[in-house]
Amino acid sequence: MTSQAPLLSVKDLKVHFPTQDGIVKATDGLSFDLESGKTLGIVGESGSGKSVSSSAILGLHRGTSAKVSGEIVLNDTDLLTISDEQMRRRRGKNVAMIFQDPLSAMHPYYTVGNQIMEAYLVHNKVSKREAKTRAIEMLDRVGIPQPDRRVNDYPHQFSGGMRQRAMIAMGLINNPGLLIADEPTTALDVTVQAQILDLLQDLQREFNAAIIIITHDLGVIAEMADDVLVMYAGRAVEYGPCKEILTHPEMPYTWGLLSSVPDVTGDTDARLIPIPGLPPSLLNPPSGCAFHPRCTHKDKVKGNLCKTEMPELLPGNRGPEHTKRCHLADPEQIYFTEILPEIAPDLVEEFAEVNPDGSVGDAEPVRSSDAAAEAEEKKI
Amino acid sequence: MTDQTVTSDSGSAKSAEQSSEFAASRLAGGDGRDAILEVENLRMYFPVKSSGVIRRTVGHVQAVDGVSFQVPAGGALGLVGESGCGKSTTGRLITRLYQPTGGKIMFEGKDIAGLSPKKLMPLRRDIQMIFQDPYTSLNPRHTVGAIVGAPLLIHNVVPKKKVLPRVQELLEVVGLNPEHYNRYPNEFSGGQRQRIGIARALTLQPKLLVADEPVSALDVSIQAQVVNLLQDLQREFDISFLFIAHDLAVVRHFCPEVAVMYLGKIVEIADRETLYNHPQHPYTQALLSAVPDVKQAAIGGRRERIRLEGDVPSPINPPSGCRFRTRCPLAQEICAKQEPPLLQIGERHKVACHFAGEIGQHPTKPVTARLLGIDDQGNPDPGATPDPNAVEQPGFADTWYDVQGGHLGAKA
Repeated sequence: MTSQAPLLSVKDLKVHFPTQDGIVKATDGLSFDLESGKTLGIVGESGSGKSVSSSAILGLHRGTSAKVSGEIVLNDTDLLTISDEQMRRRRGKNVAMIFQDPLSAMHPYYTVGNQIMEAYLVHNKVSKREAKTRAIEMLDRVGIPQPDRRVNDYPHQFSGGMRQRAMIAMGLINNPGLLIADEPTTALDVTVQAQILDLLQDLQREFNAAIIIITHDLGVIAEMADDVLVMYAGRAVEYGPCKEILTHPEMPYTWGLLSSVPDVTGDTDARLIPIPGLPPSLLNPPSGCAFHPRCTHKDKVKGNLCKTEMPELLPGNRGPEHTKRCHLADPEQIYFTEILPEIAPDLVEEFAEVNPDGSVGDAEPVRSSDAAAEAEEKKI
Repeated sequence: MTDQTVTSDSGSAKSAEQSSEFAASRLAGGDGRDAILEVENLRMYFPVKSSGVIRRTVGHVQAVDGVSFQVPAGGALGLVGESGCGKSTTGRLITRLYQPTGGKIMFEGKDIAGLSPKKLMPLRRDIQMIFQDPYTSLNPRHTVGAIVGAPLLIHNVVPKKKVLPRVQELLEVVGLNPEHYNRYPNEFSGGQRQRIGIARALTLQPKLLVADEPVSALDVSIQAQVVNLLQDLQREFDISFLFIAHDLAVVRHFCPEVAVMYLGKIVEIADRETLYNHPQHPYTQALLSAVPDVKQAAIGGRRERIRLEGDVPSPINPPSGCRFRTRCPLAQEICAKQEPPLLQIGERHKVACHFAGEIGQHPTKPVTARLLGIDDQGNPDPGATPDPNAVEQPGFADTWYDVQGGHLGAKA
């Protein structure tokens, strides 16, 4: 990590929803940093608090009964302390969001162009004509054919992939420093998903934006993210560089995620290893480690530690950047002797050679430092 | 043009007029088991009505347009493709939730495509369906017992007194607590609901299960539970599967044989090793290259992707000739003029492309031209005669078209 202050710094974020039955702790103590030009991937099952955390960054819980605490520092300003008016001025300009389902996220009654223009008009003192030119420019930039004609279309006249592109155009029209993409490709087919992911990466390079990508698809994470945050029951359970997490996961929940998804190149006779049981209720989370009722490795920890004590998010044996929330003493050894040989025996040796800095074997580090990250934050 | 007459022991006659007669009786292939389901030139056109008082038919959505395949008994065929390619419609045609516009659906040697609802009734026991969305496919006002027991009552299989024990037995089979028969669907999670849907489909001990995206609505950790359950059930009860999904990895895991659909047609069908390792159709190649691969990315960055431009064309007015040509990087003149036949090019491999070949090794001249009696630009060639054997058949023959040699009759 570089010495410069990160663009976004979230510290001990808590989002609690008081309900009749008690407090739902949707997010309970989440911390991460994100620099410009970098991508953070957040993975987890539904109900693990991924979306709630990101909408808290956008200030979408203001005016609801939700209790948000902690710190969300964006560009040296704590977003939780500023007024609604100040938040409104930042929303869409400094931080924007792409939603999962572009059909329900767009207003069916207004043309696509008008909706994109609105985002621009709110933050810039320009005429409608100028805003429309800018909207057409953005539609062109995200690859909509004949943007000058399509700008007058309604959302239902767009296909799913085009709607998602229009959403991206809307999110990027003010060159936000931070873009939050909440399951941006889940509703799309694989070929369109590939187009959208490529587009996001191209645009990130161009605008040097930081991206938070929220998904349950580890494949998307593997292709997009620099850092990965695995969430379970409202908490980060593993956090570190993407390659490191994928090759040397240290938390049984991450193992479960990796082994329950079939791979397009894997062995077809190998059985999928599901995670037993169900995600816990956030109203009444399990004692100790929230994952312990579904964890198949809890017997390896002495005593009843998993049941009684919540493990802290601490660095494991692989360096300070890779943190995990688990009591297991030597997770690496368990992963390489028990898990990986089951799911991908051919990769054991290859993965074992990956160093904590992402390099392979004794060779020079291959992970190129992203030149874009060092460039100044671009503002137009 | 080769006129090699081919004799084969399993009776797969190669001349066009005989092929359909023999189709039903032909063996499914290498494993020697009969095909439980054989679909031939299946078509489904949905009429598009104009607005106004007189709702004239102004066109047709060609959702499924000439699809042929086999499902071996006790086996599984995967059907993959993007949304709108007609895979779900195919599934619904086979369960006869729709009346097909044309074609044959041979189930255990009997054509069920045109049967009346009354005659279909006994067959519905044998063909059951698992639906995609476990939230909308279960009646919220019926208890689980009523949902799972309904088929037993409708088909009068067991006396009323025995319904409950049978329901409890089924719930146990799919991994639910048998004591929960009097609960309502809303008391269950997504994965558990999908298990209820599976129990309902199993109630009548079907021979063929059409699973339409059975896991796509579920969380990743739950997906594996349901896939494993389906595999166990297949082994235990010897059920054949038509497995419809858009997730290529799940289909590969579940089905020994996979068909790829694009805009109402099958573009490539093969056993999974061939299809995933040596795809020959440019669409299959693009589809496979678009799948994010965790393990690949973990070791050394991402693979080269084949970018497909644009969207799938409208099935109301599909492109002439090859339907994939508007997005195909290989498309030439012939592709607009002549539709490529689904040609068998390997022991268990069929592909519908004029330029079939592995990535980077696509031929420059159409491989199918001589077979179809046309020249390389797609114009009719008076000197050549079309080969009658280039007709699509549901199953695999013992001999096939040799792409390199350019003649029929290659054999392993």
